[in-house]
Amino acid sequence: MALDFLIQLLVNGFIIGLLYGVVAMAFVLIYKSSLVVNFAQGEFLLIGAWACWWLLAQFSLPFYIAFIFTLIFMTIFGVLIQLIILRPLIGEPIISIIMVTIGLAIFFQALMNWMFGVFVEPFPKIFENESINLFGLRVQTVYIMSGLISLLIMISFAIFFKKSRLGLAMRATAFDQQAAQSLGVSVKQVFSAAWGISAMVSAVAGIVFGIVNGISSGIAFMGIKVFPAVILGGLDSVLGAILGGLVIGLLEHIAHYLDVQYLKIGNMIRIAPFYALLIILMIKPYGFFGTKDIERV
Amino acid sequence: MSLKKFRPCGDFRTSYAADMSMFQDKGSYYLTLGGIILLALSPFLFDSYIISLLIYIGFYGIAALGLNILVGCTGQISVGHAVFFGFGAFASAWLSNKFLVPVWLAIPIAAIMTAFVGLIFGIPAARVKGLYLAIATLAAQFIMEDFFSRAAWFTGGVDGASAEPLKIFNFYFDTDQKYFYIVLFWLLVSFLLVSNLMRTRDGRAFLAVRDHYLSAEMMGINLMKYRILSFGISSFFAGLGGALYGHYLSFVSIEEFNIQLSIFFLAMIIIGGLGSVRGSLMGAAFMVLLPEVMDYLTRSLAETSIDQMLSLSNAIPFIKEASIGLVIILFLIFEPNGLAYRWGQIRAWFKLYPFSY
Repeated sequence: MALDFLIQLLVNGFIIGLLYGVVAMAFVLIYKSSLVVNFAQGEFLLIGAWACWWLLAQFSLPFYIAFIFTLIFMTIFGVLIQLIILRPLIGEPIISIIMVTIGLAIFFQALMNWMFGVFVEPFPKIFENESINLFGLRVQTVYIMSGLISLLIMISFAIFFKKSRLGLAMRATAFDQQAAQSLGVSVKQVFSAAWGISAMVSAVAGIVFGIVNGISSGIAFMGIKVFPAVILGGLDSVLGAILGGLVIGLLEHIAHYLDVQYLKIGNMIRIAPFYALLIILMIKPYGFFGTKDIERV
Repeated sequence: MSLKKFRPCGDFRTSYAADMSMFQDKGSYYLTLGGIILLALSPFLFDSYIISLLIYIGFYGIAALGLNILVGCTGQISVGHAVFFGFGAFASAWLSNKFLVPVWLAIPIAAIMTAFVGLIFGIPAARVKGLYLAIATLAAQFIMEDFFSRAAWFTGGVDGASAEPLKIFNFYFDTDQKYFYIVLFWLLVSFLLVSNLMRTRDGRAFLAVRDHYLSAEMMGINLMKYRILSFGISSFFAGLGGALYGHYLSFVSIEEFNIQLSIFFLAMIIIGGLGSVRGSLMGAAFMVLLPEVMDYLTRSLAETSIDQMLSLSNAIPFIKEASIGLVIILFLIFEPNGLAYRWGQIRAWFKLYPFSY
């Protein structure tokens, strides 16, 4: 019984972890290219999920069309945020950058609550949700679907960065901004593209999360949960973000298991990642794959 | 003090003492004095609604002042200031309930306790800085919030803690008008302390750590000491503000000290001006009044077509929250130096009038 429960939790943790990995990847994409710590990442998820929900509920579009419209909308949205809010702040101290993204987070959270209410709205039924038996485990199809989508996003990210011209430009900018600029890469375009892609990917994660759990402002908390993941993996490593997301997803479910079985103190699923975050910061502040900041005087 | 003129048109300071004096000219000295007298008389002049707003500005101002020492003066970003504010409130209530410490004494003791907690949470600051520190304090925020909900012996758990009203020699400070003087007293003490701190070696060390920590270290400033000390001082004022808050509301609930309140404090110092002592108070006033103004605006639009179209009256809490976010963004883009800088500009304009070059 206890073992079954543990395995069940581990599977859930793995799938949630993949989703964290996707959000962390979107976060790292912005950080790596434009050195902006995006505290509003969770709100991107929220806006994406609500936009898709609205298209489905208001116009009763087929899911695929609504999904594509949401992605296009979110890409434009991300680019606009970068153009209007973040571009004037290039070169400002780090506190300004952090605060402006926090401001964005508050603003959009309140706006979404205003427009769509504070209650959990279930997604319209898109897939037949049933549990299937996978190696003796009962796994809901939505979970499998969300895992597959996460993997798909990760693979397409890898292809994008390896093969496409824009991906190459982004890697070049992340590596050395000035060198990239002098070789003809438009850094402005790279920044905008990073925000656009990040918002789009976040929207996919938000929609997946909304399908699994229903949409509420709680989705935005994913944007906070992403911090333990990216710190674990290193702030500027895409691979680290994925692994960090997985580890945090598993960790919180293991903590939940220990909590339910032995400790009985409650709320560990929510708090454990933050203890992990503090410990990682104390022993290995640049994470496992992050670039060490070496300062020369 | 060389208070020669009301508004000298230029910089005529000739001694180091004159340069370090708190009031640079007679004008600002009398302005401050007049402001304090006006505040002291305000319970007789204004109704209790305005007094309650002033009280809020008072304890938020004290807490924002603490955060400004940490963020504005030492350059360490903290996204967890609200938990220290909350810790002060709980500590004061706990001391007066469990140990029957008189409330007027419990408030400063609670502040000192909070300072020690702040010192402990400042230890990561010795190792990480900037962005990483911000994320560490974010974790501290959630961990402490969790602690509040768990430690029923200290906070009363989900029921919250009741805080007794303040009493000195059987004289109860139970109405807003009376409690106002307590807050005013601590506000003045805090601002005096911090203004003076900024004139000492320690204060200058904070600024040096902010501006260039490597140079500071080379000049003999112990980085670790000052980074942790700044956390301690900042938490002291947060605890003081929190204790005053607790005894004002006479009830402290565990849900109030969430990340929104932390961001609220950060917004105060951004809007007031980072590293500016008077900016902290300006920012606190701005952030307390902003929701009230939004409330008023929404109400004045009631029953109009705009109201019906957007269903504004149901959305007042969201409008207040969204306005906070919007104000942060707009200030950062258009006025990154805050209200204190603008105030300086206005003063400079008057000082140099009519030849402003």
